[in-house]
Amino acid sequence: MYCAKKDRRIAVLILLPMLLVLFIFVYGFIAWSLRISFTDWNSILPNMTSVGFENYQRLFSSQRFQTDIRNTIFFTLFFLVICIVGGFFLSYLLYSKLRGESFLRTIYLFPLSLSFVVTGVLWRWIFSPEVGINSLFRMMGFEATFGWFTSTYSIGGFNVALIALIIAASWQYLGYTMAMFLAGLRGIPDQLIESAQIDGAGELAITWYIILPLIKPITFSAMIVLGHISLKIFDLAYVMTGKGPAFVTDFPGLFMFETTFRGNHYAEGAAISIIMLILVAVVIVPYLISTLRGDSE
Amino acid sequence: MITKKSSKILKYTLAYIAVLLFVFPLYVIINNSLKPFADVRISEMWIPAQNLSFEGYAEAFVKLGQNIQNSFMLVIPVSLFSVMFGAIIGFIFAKVKFKYSNTIFALVIFGMFIPYQSILIPLVRTMNTIGLYGHLSGLMVTHVIYGLPISSLMFRNYYAKLPDELLEAGMIDGLRLVGVFRKVVVPISLPTMVVVLIWQFTSVWNDFLFAVVLTQRPSIQPITVALQNLAGTQVIEWNVQMAGALIAAIPTLLVYIFLGKYFIQGLLSGSVKG
Repeated sequence: MYCAKKDRRIAVLILLPMLLVLFIFVYGFIAWSLRISFTDWNSILPNMTSVGFENYQRLFSSQRFQTDIRNTIFFTLFFLVICIVGGFFLSYLLYSKLRGESFLRTIYLFPLSLSFVVTGVLWRWIFSPEVGINSLFRMMGFEATFGWFTSTYSIGGFNVALIALIIAASWQYLGYTMAMFLAGLRGIPDQLIESAQIDGAGELAITWYIILPLIKPITFSAMIVLGHISLKIFDLAYVMTGKGPAFVTDFPGLFMFETTFRGNHYAEGAAISIIMLILVAVVIVPYLISTLRGDSE
Repeated sequence: MITKKSSKILKYTLAYIAVLLFVFPLYVIINNSLKPFADVRISEMWIPAQNLSFEGYAEAFVKLGQNIQNSFMLVIPVSLFSVMFGAIIGFIFAKVKFKYSNTIFALVIFGMFIPYQSILIPLVRTMNTIGLYGHLSGLMVTHVIYGLPISSLMFRNYYAKLPDELLEAGMIDGLRLVGVFRKVVVPISLPTMVVVLIWQFTSVWNDFLFAVVLTQRPSIQPITVALQNLAGTQVIEWNVQMAGALIAAIPTLLVYIFLGKYFIQGLLSGSVKG
């Protein structure tokens, strides 16, 4: 847009203080955390003596952090697969012009408006071994003794206690991928599908050869957004399960919170938070660059 | 897409099975919140309430009333400030070209993806230094600042679609940039204002991490922290916990039910391009 030089200067002057505050609170604080992560500040009193990578080394050799990383990987994997496959499936149902579509969409999406705290309180009861879903199975005459999130059973490094958390998180976020895919499906020109039908293509063929390739970019965006949510997961695990016996439901976010604000291990907490930041940045930065570049062209 | 009748029936069946899966937790929460304490038995979570009672709600209100009020006092100003600052920042990045503006904007946006753990320790120290730690106003400032990226992004995406001619016409009429923003842009921004308003309302209401770190005193804690404290006590007063969870959920649920269109719009713009 055309804009007089004087006006542009005013705009920058208005912008500057706001950006300054934001950048201090984001980048300044990140730098500060990074600095803390290299110190020996592991008690109440600040101690800024540098110890190099000691905190990081200690973390990577600790049982708890190794379990956290494994939990994060498995959680992310299952959460992504369920949300993407399930979300596409739901959006496809709505795309088929079912009656009552807006009712269905409202139902599929409502958990997104809830807090993870509400979800956590609710699903903790549902998966509580003595009372929850187990007692429903017992009422139906099955023997149900599975410990859900209290189970310490593990298959090839996958702590089965995570299943309860994965289900709760997917319940909350399925609607999100559904909404993304539905928006994408609505963008496909009708003629494209009609002409394929005239050529004799069946529903499965149309889905496989026309629809899926067209919504690939959405799948990619959904993976990025959900992936970064699950890398940061904290609220849900904190409320629903806590760290669990032998850390079966522990995550870096939980570890960071406990060690910093309950145990006063500030340097260790800072180191965990920096690792979390790096993990998220690896996912988000390339995505940001590619979308914003595409935008300005 | 035109489909065969048999597959239509299959689709209806699947769609309503999904409805059941989404709704059954709601059944649990409503059913148990309406049971009197005397009827709350561990093994009977799934059995419909026999004697309806609002005991649970009454007690939840006594325990959480103050915290609900705190949440409203937090969420309303934060949402309004987010709209104000977001509109200004979004407009400048959309319509005023200056050096490195795209790079700077990318740096702004990155702020909404960071794990907040990575700024928590400095945040607590800073709030302590400026005397806002442990006060609702400290939490307010925090939410306004970390809400800037998403609010600016939503406004920028909207303003980028405005035709330049519209703004230039205002300039020809003798308005300066600030005047154009106030007299031409703001009046047509209502849809995006609503999107940002309810987005920030929902996410600040639902926040837990900032609240649990920055508010220690129960009397100033927002509802999410208070609910977790209530549910964390091991005494099994299910009806109270369930009623409390529902009370905490109702404001955002109402927003979703009545302003769902805007809520979804906000949701989809979280993936940067919208």
